[in-house]
Formats: sequence, structure tokens, C-alpha cells
Amino acid sequence: MKIVVCIKQVPDTAEVKINPVTGTLIREGVPSIMNPDDKGGLEFALQLKEQYGAEVTVITMGLPQSDAILREAFAMGADKAILLTDRRLGGADTLATSSAIAGALRKMEYDLIITGRQAIDGDTAQVGPQIAEHLDLPQVSYLVDLQYDGNKTITVRKETEDGYEVLQMETPCLVTVLASAVKPRYMNVAGIVEAYNREVEIWNADMIEVPAEHIGKAGSPTSVAKSFPKSVKPAGEKFEVSAEEAVDLIINKLKEKHII
Amino acid sequence: MDTTQYKDVYVFAEQRDGKIQNVALELLGKARELADTLNEKVVAIFLGKGIKDQAQSLIAAGADKVMVVDDAVLDHYMTEPYSQAITQIIKEQKPSILMIGATTIGRDLAPRLSARNRTGLTADATKLEISEERDFMMTRPAFGGNLMATILCKDHRPQMSTVRPGVMQKMKADNTRKGEIVDYKINFDMAKINRVKLIKVVKEEKTSADIAEAKILVAGGRGVQNAEGVKKLEALAEQLGGEVAASRALTDAGIMDHDRQVGQTGKTVRPNLYIACGISGAIQHVSGMEESDLIIAINKDKTAPIFQVADLGIVGDLNKIVPMLTERLKNMEK
Repeated sequence: MKIVVCIKQVPDTAEVKINPVTGTLIREGVPSIMNPDDKGGLEFALQLKEQYGAEVTVITMGLPQSDAILREAFAMGADKAILLTDRRLGGADTLATSSAIAGALRKMEYDLIITGRQAIDGDTAQVGPQIAEHLDLPQVSYLVDLQYDGNKTITVRKETEDGYEVLQMETPCLVTVLASAVKPRYMNVAGIVEAYNREVEIWNADMIEVPAEHIGKAGSPTSVAKSFPKSVKPAGEKFEVSAEEAVDLIINKLKEKHII
Repeated sequence: MDTTQYKDVYVFAEQRDGKIQNVALELLGKARELADTLNEKVVAIFLGKGIKDQAQSLIAAGADKVMVVDDAVLDHYMTEPYSQAITQIIKEQKPSILMIGATTIGRDLAPRLSARNRTGLTADATKLEISEERDFMMTRPAFGGNLMATILCKDHRPQMSTVRPGVMQKMKADNTRKGEIVDYKINFDMAKINRVKLIKVVKEEKTSADIAEAKILVAGGRGVQNAEGVKKLEALAEQLGGEVAASRALTDAGIMDHDRQVGQTGKTVRPNLYIACGISGAIQHVSGMEESDLIIAINKDKTAPIFQVADLGIVGDLNKIVPMLTERLKNMEK
């Protein structure tokens, strides 16, 4: 079985701070990490490797420094790593990103593709299902459990608002994984040392053979017209009244906001 | 692409077990507003099995037209049949705008549609407007909510967005509204649909409440004092259909579980309503709840910083006000 896990390097958004004076993001000193949902996906892949001898390849698209998360994946137990990096791929929205990654996947062998549900810097949850569509693969998203029969059938548990669903499909297929589903293993010490001696394959835009109009900025139907710090709302009204009057005020507010 | 060929504001009217989801009605309310600005129509796409008799309620919520696809293959949501149905409607009807609720279903469906139709998709918009050039302006939080971005999809159609539930306002249902209900026939590709099999659907009562998912939170701080105080909050939360949450003061004291803690060392929440009871409002707490849509604070101390983020501040004793409020809400139901 061949598994490809798509991973992304993201700024640890929990560490992002806003300059209170200018209202802009302070990006300096924010650590970069492997996106948590993707790391969950890698853990699922590594468990399948242990049980069935699957070969696990990780791929990321990004700047050259994304190399760091590929080394981390090596140290966790990944067999191969690919860094898709090219200026022509920059400025991509989710559709152009998924087109480029799908292009890379077409050049690879896979039975199962695993992505994280969403990346914490964008929270879009779009790239996984879009890759599946480009490759004409069946997909299940929001996955919390995965069982493989050792042959072709994958049985998954998908989390929903009201509970869960159990679905079944045959390889090749794609799943998107929730970080909360599994606890990723730590890098092992020997692995860390070795990870820096292993080869990360570097791929560029020519190697994926995707039309230029489908990648990068040109391949992105959406564009950011403007971005701005979220507005700090002014304090509301404050009342010092009897309990009865206080309840009236609250009830009126709840009605006004259509909560009751 | 000739974008002038595309018109009208479409909404995917999500149903589960035959029940129209609130977010569908919210989107129709927003769509009505957008369509009126554009002088175009609101069209609901309504997929399922045995659902046709509910189409009228979508018209009451703002739709001019409802495209109903009533088919056994659409009974329970599955990615492929839903993608096929909506794609055929997109190809034949050419919508200018398509909005989908940012639910588990919507966030699975929308990206598949965007790739199949090679158009843009904005994720989880919180604000939707029409620009002077008649473009659809979709604004969403980025960087973990630290920044807002306004996104356009100028040269591709439909302009698609998923929209967070609970953000848009639904219209007051108007049962006198007239509209058209169309039975739409889809040519399903069953071979493709059969690639994924639904084995079972399990409904679960969530044992430990996830306060991050709750739409209404009644939160307590130091002012709540003890387990008896917590009971008062629980009664109010139950009456409102919400959950109780806590500031660190209460969880550190062991009065409430850590998984209900809001703030820097707890969870970040963004409910429709956050009632802060006896919470002073330290920055560590406020950073975890300031994005709530409506914040009501009750505190004895009129200088408490919580009042700076509250939409409505009540200086008073929560032990009196909270039970009285619960009682009043109960009586209103009768």
C-alpha cells in the first residue's frame, strides 16, 4: 500500500499577536509548525505502515523553509518527502493550490491520499476535497477513524454535528483528518539525527505539468481585495438598576437580537 | 467566461433527516437582501427525499424559486450525489452567487463544487455585501481571527462562499410570500456515486459538552462562589438551550471542570450569546470570548473590565438576577 500525506507549514496562530498601536499582525518571532490536522493525518499513515507495511510519502507545497516539516515527518517515520516549491506557484488560492498538488500527485503512485481537514492559518478545509475532485477520487472528510482490510477496502468514521457516520470505499481514495482523532507520535531521537541526512526531493512547476493558467495567481479565481485588523467594538451600555429592571433590559436585548 | 450570462443569488438549503437547517434560513434572509440590491432573484436548491412539501417554507424565508430534487439517492447527505445535482443546476441555470452553510456538510460539498466548476470559493464568510461594480464581497476572518480579509471572485461564476451558521439574520417567516417550486430532474452517474457506501449513521448525545460549539454560553466567574451558584447558571443555560462555561477562577477552585474554561488557558469561544456572570474580565479571559456576537455582563463591581467588552452591562447581584431571568424566560414559554 502506498500512502501520500499532504502537509503544510503554518505559523502557530495561537502565538500571533496584534500590534495594539498599528493594529497589524506581528509576524516576527511566530514559530512555524506542521499543521495539526496534517500531523494527525501523518499519524494515521504511520499506523498503517506499522500494520501493513505501507510506504508513506509526505508532500508539501511552500517556500524552501517548509523543508523543516518534511524533516520532522522523516523523524516521525515517513519514508519519502517531496517539497514542491516554485515562485510560479505563489499567490495561489485554494483552487490553484489544489490544482498544483493534484498535478504532483498524478506523477506519484498512491492508494490512499491523506490531508488534514484544514490548516490553522486559513481554516478553509477546501484543499483536500478539491484535490480529490481534480483526481476524480472518492473522498471522506472530517475523518476520526480509519480501518483498512489489507486489500482494497477502507472503512472510516466521519464526525458530524449530531454524531458520526461509518462509510466505506475502495482505494484509491482521499480522506481528510481531524487532529483530535489521534495523538501524533513524537519524533524519535535516532530519527531526528537521521532526518537531516535524508534526501528531500525538490520539485518545481515544470515537473507537475499543470497548465500555467491553473496554478499560482493566474490560476486563482479569488483575490483578496483588502485585509484589515478586526474592529474593536466599543463598550456597550451599563446600567445600575434593580434586579427586576435588569431582567427587563436583558429580555429586551435578547429579543432585539432574535435570540428569544 | 462571460460573467453577464450569470444571474441570481442561489442558496443551498441544507436539510438533515428532512429538517431544514437554521443556516439555510439565515442564508435565504441574506440572499434576499443581496438579490434586492442586485435586482435579481433568490433561488433555493433543496435536495433530499420526500421533502417537497417543505419547499414553501423556503419561499416564506425569502426564496423566489425553489429547485427541488427529490430522489432516494439524496436522502442522506453524500458528497458525490449532492455534487452532481448542484453541478448540473449550475451548468444549466448559471447562478451568479451560490451560498452554502459552513456546516460539516457544506464544508465537504462546497470545495468539491468549486473544483468541479473551476470557480472560486471563500470559506466561512462572516460578512457579505455587493460592491458598486456589482461584485460579491465576501469578508472572513484569517490568521485565527486576528485579521479580516475581503475576497472577490471577479472573473469566475458562480461566486461561491460558505457562511458560518448563526452569523446572518433570517427573515421573519412570511407565509403569504409567493414563489415558484420547480421539480428538477438530475441525470445521476450512479457508478461514481456507488464508490462510497454509507454503512451506518449514529446519532450521539455528546457526553461532555463542547463549549466551543455552543451557540449560547452562560459563564461564571469568582462571583459565582460555589456549586450552588453554578446550579443557577445551569438552570439559565438549560432554559436558553445553551451550556455553562467558566473563568479560570472557578475551574482552579475545582467548582467547574477544566473543559468548560474559557480564555487563554482554556477554550476560545464565539457563541451568539455569552452571558458573563460574576466574571471580572481579565484579559486572559476576554481574549477567549470577545468575538461572541452578543455579550451580556452581570457583575457587582461597576469598575470590572468585563463591562468594556459587554454589549449590555448590568451592575448587580447575579444571585438575584440570574434566577429571576430564568423564571421570566420560563413564563414566556407558557
